[in-house]
Amino acid sequence: MKASVFAIRNHKEIVRDPVTLIFGMGLPVLIMALFSVMQKNMQFGLFEISNLAPGVIVFSFSFLTLFSGMLLGKDKSSSFLMRIFASPMSAGDYILGYVLPLLPIALLQIIFCLLTALFLGLSFNISVLLMVGVLIVISLLYIGFGLLFGTIFTDKQVGGIFAIFVNLSTWLSGTWFEPEMIGGTFQSIAQLLPFVHAVNAARAALSGAYLDVCLPLSIVIGYTVFIFIIATLLFKRKMRGLY
Amino acid sequence: MTIEIKGLTKHYKEIVVVDQLSLCIEKGEFFALLGQNAAGKTTTIKMLCGLLPPTDGDAILDGESIVYHQVAAKKKINISPQETAVAPNLTVLENLLFMGQIYGCSKIEAKKRANAQMNLFGLTPRQSSKAKTLSGGYMRRLSVAMAMMSNPKILFLDEPTLGMDVRARRDLWKILSQLKGEVTIVLTTHYLEEVEMLADRVGIMHRGKMRALGTIQQLMHETKKHSLEEVFLELTEEDSL
Repeated sequence: MKASVFAIRNHKEIVRDPVTLIFGMGLPVLIMALFSVMQKNMQFGLFEISNLAPGVIVFSFSFLTLFSGMLLGKDKSSSFLMRIFASPMSAGDYILGYVLPLLPIALLQIIFCLLTALFLGLSFNISVLLMVGVLIVISLLYIGFGLLFGTIFTDKQVGGIFAIFVNLSTWLSGTWFEPEMIGGTFQSIAQLLPFVHAVNAARAALSGAYLDVCLPLSIVIGYTVFIFIIATLLFKRKMRGLY
Repeated sequence: MTIEIKGLTKHYKEIVVVDQLSLCIEKGEFFALLGQNAAGKTTTIKMLCGLLPPTDGDAILDGESIVYHQVAAKKKINISPQETAVAPNLTVLENLLFMGQIYGCSKIEAKKRANAQMNLFGLTPRQSSKAKTLSGGYMRRLSVAMAMMSNPKILFLDEPTLGMDVRARRDLWKILSQLKGEVTIVLTTHYLEEVEMLADRVGIMHRGKMRALGTIQQLMHETKKHSLEEVFLELTEEDSL
């Protein structure tokens, strides 16, 4: 009950900011359209819509990191969090309250991007629905990063951290090009981080290679659990005023 | 007795921020906690609100220990923090409903309380305005009204009129004076005029210790000074310990 009340408040705070909709929904759609046009003029298949759409949707989730991080950071710097900490809510209520409102936003991002992809030539089949399920799981990873950043940094710092995060996570995800094309250390780092596995899991789901979803998705889930545990522990320390 | 503080202490490694603080505050009393910057006022309030664990000691808030029954104690209190802690994209009414509901009120009960608080704090005409569009004075009113939504037995006001213009400050004093007797209020402020206007009793902290406790008249009599300002300056002299 308390978590849902807090989630409704957080949802309103996020969606009433028009920048949210412009960046979170508009930018990925625009990118997908531009790269599809680019593909039409290319001799080789780098940005085929079936390859591009899962990557761009995962890219759009980086805005979930920004939204959750900024909201938490702002609540901290305005002392709103202090007011809430003085209430009888538990750490679980807070975490759920910050996560739940971002899931419908993630779903909207998926729907907007998929509609664009279908318009640009993606064929609809059962695999598209499976990919939606996989993408919802992946969105939790990005929400978790936002909670972690928002717990550690102020809202102003989160903006700067996001700029680094969105670049790193996208370049290392294989959305624009396969890490194998660069190889070496770059490829090794990409494999160590969860972003390329997130994109691979979504692509495998869309292509119908369901068995190939398991390993990358397991890595993403592992990272998500790890990030949430760290964020929750730090949040609890914050609640007890220990840092 | 609503508040019974017993040897409350806070250390940060070697630094003692609050040192063996003990005092009692009666039910319905308007108590002002004074002190220079870094005297330990905000740390004391944070410990009483369950935002910081005490290093030693305890406080009993309306029968509940802040150390052993923190959740029960939290249900009895509320705080209006130093900064205007409001949800900027929510309307005045939504901010109030939100506060009521996280303290367990039903939507109907929260609406009833919100209407009562909006009437008391003069916020009814602005109920549909987003909090971020309010003036500083109205935002402070909303901040205190939000703290009142849980019908607290004890209300902590941490510098509630900081940065407000003279008129807005006096308007808020008028509202706060209406709460006197109904709620036990602990106020921290740097404005001594505010204390003279509102407080039943005053505590002056210096370097984490309680230097003086009593009514303004008592403190003036004890220190043989003619104003609260003189009393304050006398008791917070750097070599007065």
